[in-house]
Amino acid sequence: MLKVEKLSKSFNGHQVLKDLTVDFPEHQTTVILGPSGSGKSTLLRSLNLLERPEAGKYYFDQQIFDFAKGISSKDTLAIRRQTEMVFQGYNLFPHLTVLKNIMEGPIQVLGSKKAAAEVLARQLLAKVSLADKADAYPNQLSGGQAQRVAIARSLAMQPKYILLDEPTSALDPELELEVLKVLLQLSEEKKSLVIVTHNLAFASKAADKIVFIENGQVLFDDSKQAFFAAEQQPRIKDFISAMTFAKL
Amino acid sequence: MWEIIKTALPQLIAAGLKYTIPIALISFAIGLVIALITALIRISTRGGFFKLIKLIFRFYVWLFRSTPLLVQLFIVYFGLPYLKISGLAPNGIKLDPLTAGIITFSLNTGAYCSETIRAAILSIPNGQWEAAYSLGMTKVKALRRIILPQALRVSVPPLANSFISLVKDTSLAASITIVEMFEVSQQIAAENYQPLVMYCLVALLYAVACTILSWLQGYLEKVTSRYVVAGH
Repeated sequence: MLKVEKLSKSFNGHQVLKDLTVDFPEHQTTVILGPSGSGKSTLLRSLNLLERPEAGKYYFDQQIFDFAKGISSKDTLAIRRQTEMVFQGYNLFPHLTVLKNIMEGPIQVLGSKKAAAEVLARQLLAKVSLADKADAYPNQLSGGQAQRVAIARSLAMQPKYILLDEPTSALDPELELEVLKVLLQLSEEKKSLVIVTHNLAFASKAADKIVFIENGQVLFDDSKQAFFAAEQQPRIKDFISAMTFAKL
Repeated sequence: MWEIIKTALPQLIAAGLKYTIPIALISFAIGLVIALITALIRISTRGGFFKLIKLIFRFYVWLFRSTPLLVQLFIVYFGLPYLKISGLAPNGIKLDPLTAGIITFSLNTGAYCSETIRAAILSIPNGQWEAAYSLGMTKVKALRRIILPQALRVSVPPLANSFISLVKDTSLAASITIVEMFEVSQQIAAENYQPLVMYCLVALLYAVACTILSWLQGYLEKVTSRYVVAGH
């Protein structure tokens, strides 16, 4: 179980997260929606401790951490092993081949044997339909391929949660589709996913739960059925209308 | 003239192999270690007592980049014997010329190279650190496995620049009584009254050494850039 409670975070005096409380159930896909600058990326990055909120509690399984008191480096490493980030810009390691990108975490962090890590990496590459790219370098890949490698790299750590920060925002629709298919498959396998996205079609298909964030606060937190039927909430209605270009 | 060259060349090459090349290689190796340590300390974000250490290293880089190398050699070789520290060095610090030369060259090239390495590390996008951290790597591991290998590629051309400069700068060691290549050429010129031929000859030898180093640089760039595919 992953949950944050009363999270507050400011950048240069601008409060990005305001007393934000939300939980992310295991084996479900949580989609975080919201306009740009609403704080959704900051929230996601806080889950991986790439951002440190000034205040708030962080619940991971049986453990509770308090951001106000700080989280030790030992605990930080432990949490990061269980939560893997997939970035909008992929952030693959350009000096390593695709295969080595995926093997790097298990070998260096989990202490896996090289042979075992390679078997796992090849399985994961096959899973994201890139078995033939094992020996390629990242800059030989298309954006869609690079992002699928990044997803495989995160899966190799066998984390409890995978956190995806606008994973398809840099991709054109065809490449986006390649990545979304992989994510949909992971969602159907009941992996615990938290995805920040602008893609409502994907949200409506894959999400178990939708969290809508605006101005650093949770405006909506419920099932996707409730979200898309949110007639009584004008802000959400407007957002859906804008995202689907209904009034163009 | 060929007679002159034929007698002088072996002596010059011998001096080059005995002093110029070893001084350059050893000083650069030590300089690189100093440079890496200095760069890592200077990019560290730790506070407290560490800030003082950072300040000291910043002072070191400033000092060696802001004063002439020749003057630095003079201070270390001719000046330090007069630095009398009671208890530690009551009779001053007397170094033999070779040691004084290597220490000075190492510190000088270390100061310049530290800026190269620091800039190379800072040029690696923050996303690389974040990806490494997200996998659960410590800072040291992220640096060693992810950041430094990429920074190395960026820093090969400027580091090669520094090394080539150093090879030529070793000629200054002549001024602190080291009989390296340039000193030998001066000695021969004083005997045979052929300064033009002798100094052109020694210049040519430096040029040959630096050309070989440029080739080596090209090879190193190729090796470290294997992952950068043309056209991207």
